[in-house]
Amino acid sequence: MSGSALLSVEDVAVDLPTPRGNLRAVDHVDLSVGAGRTLGIVGESGCGKTMLSRAILQLLPKKARLSGRVMFDGQDLARCDASALRKLSARSLAVVFQDPMTSLNPVLTIGTQLIETLQAHLELDTASARKRSVELLAAVGIPAPEQRLSQYPHQLSGGMRQRVAIAIALSCEPKLLIADEPTTALDVTVQAQILDLLAREQRRRHMAMILITHDLGVVAGRTDEVAVMYAGRVVERAPTTALFKTMRMPYTEALLAAIPKLEAAPHTPLPAISGRPPDPTRPLHGCSFSPRCRYVDGRCRQEKPALSDAESPDHQYACFHPIRIAVGGVT
Amino acid sequence: MQDATHFQGLDPILKVENLVVEYAVGGKTIHAVSDVSLQIARGETLGLVGESGCGKSTLGRAVLQLRPAVSGRVLFDGEDLTALRGEALRRMRRRVQLIFQDPIASLNPRRRIGDIVAEPLVIAGYKDSRERQELVEEVLNAVGLDPALVTGRLPHEFSGGQCQRICVARALVLKPEFIICDEPVSALDVSIRAQILNLLEEMKGRYGLTLLFIAHDLAVVKAVSDRVAVMYLGRLCEVGPSEQLFANPAHPYTALLIEAIPVPDADVRPCESVAIGEPPSPITPPSGCRFRTRCPRADQRCATEVPELRLVAPGQYAACHHPLA
Repeated sequence: MSGSALLSVEDVAVDLPTPRGNLRAVDHVDLSVGAGRTLGIVGESGCGKTMLSRAILQLLPKKARLSGRVMFDGQDLARCDASALRKLSARSLAVVFQDPMTSLNPVLTIGTQLIETLQAHLELDTASARKRSVELLAAVGIPAPEQRLSQYPHQLSGGMRQRVAIAIALSCEPKLLIADEPTTALDVTVQAQILDLLAREQRRRHMAMILITHDLGVVAGRTDEVAVMYAGRVVERAPTTALFKTMRMPYTEALLAAIPKLEAAPHTPLPAISGRPPDPTRPLHGCSFSPRCRYVDGRCRQEKPALSDAESPDHQYACFHPIRIAVGGVT
Repeated sequence: MQDATHFQGLDPILKVENLVVEYAVGGKTIHAVSDVSLQIARGETLGLVGESGCGKSTLGRAVLQLRPAVSGRVLFDGEDLTALRGEALRRMRRRVQLIFQDPIASLNPRRRIGDIVAEPLVIAGYKDSRERQELVEEVLNAVGLDPALVTGRLPHEFSGGQCQRICVARALVLKPEFIICDEPVSALDVSIRAQILNLLEEMKGRYGLTLLFIAHDLAVVKAVSDRVAVMYLGRLCEVGPSEQLFANPAHPYTALLIEAIPVPDADVRPCESVAIGEPPSPITPPSGCRFRTRCPRADQRCATEVPELRLVAPGQYAACHHPLA
């Protein structure tokens, strides 16, 4: 893909051995993110989106096997040795996880966790690290940041904890921030504030971001590009506006249709996707969405559609029967 | 006193009158539900929305008397549940069932599905095991599960969506009249969520149910509710017919909740920070209107005077000194 990308994931596959056989969590994915850009990765539980982010961060479980290349800033992270990786990933790559209660250390104060990160990577003395910590907490919208330094995670609300996690992630001025379901555990009003905060800090720092979510509503209007994943593969990838205007992949369409709409009258039956995703230890011959797809035919069950860029180099999809009607006329 | 008759003219199955529920935590009092009144008509679905900690789940539990009320009454079919004890309360509870948020955690991992779904029947005194089995099979079929395949299996063998179907079956097996659904789809994926919402709607029609549907997602609530009640920090802010409440919210908090919903449309640019801050502590709720610390319209009066629910449009009530036009 484009040579100027900050991160490019090239033909990455992740295999996990399980008692029931090999589980292919990520199935030959290609993706790239340019500097300062935002990529949304959307999919249901078990579609491989979190495993893909862990492959980028080199945080895969020990038994997992990774193939392919993860090029970040000119280096292949999958082939870096531990110390080089530590240096690189600590300074330039940061991550915010779904649950701030488990990603923060419950027995250390907010201050200790922030100051520790700053001192480990930026060689600051304690006083300036402390000053920097207060600035960071203020930047992420935490009231009375000075006092918060001596508080423990359990003394803060879920939204405040997530702000602390973001402050820690931003502390070393990363070039790429991976936000893995950062708002799933939060209320809708707090979700809006956290997403705004991420967007604001991203613009200010000219940082690239990967926003992983199961909610198409979260990526709309907040990302430059979206990749939809299903059963370990990217099944559609397009600039965000193009995706919402002319989605081609029946799975993307079904995912969007299944979201209850505020405009719809009460008691309107929802177009649910029947069944559930395939067992990842028993891959299907054909298209992995075929058992749930309403456009399925014999070919879909025999042959796996490749991710093609027939539409335009920007807009790729993996389907033999792409939707040809503008969205809105479909549902 | 709040107006307890938000739904006049129809036959109410449940009336909650000036209900107060408090928790004592470390010498302090959490004001979980403060002077809430509402009614639900037979066959109606009332959606109850609000942020975490607003008291919506406590209200649901207090209806079932799983949480003792400090004061107020809960009238189910004319009978005051707060006055019932022992066997009389247990008999009443057969008519009211509960479905929880986490379908996997609410099923005993060591029991077989057939036993889990039959348990309410055992407790209710159905002695004939043949009859129990027939009722279990009937209800499993109704929720879209094949009894022959599921009764002998354990909960871990099922996905989240299937576990929620089992929970729905367990709630339905005694043929209740009223079901309290506490965030029944929050833990489920988008595609599975739609299946369960459709199932609840179908079961409501088939069994003639009345539902209290508690959730924090307004779009989900609107999809299934005839009327919606909005709660904030233990108090009711607004009640009204779903369509009308979403089109013309009168309470600024309702408007804020609606604006915060992410819209799956790339042309709709999310507006910056519609929401201000987070809810204050229910241990020391603000004086006057509890929403005033986050409200853009708040003034002096809001700090001193508790707003009462007032009629703002046909069927729509809001507790606000400065309702939106």
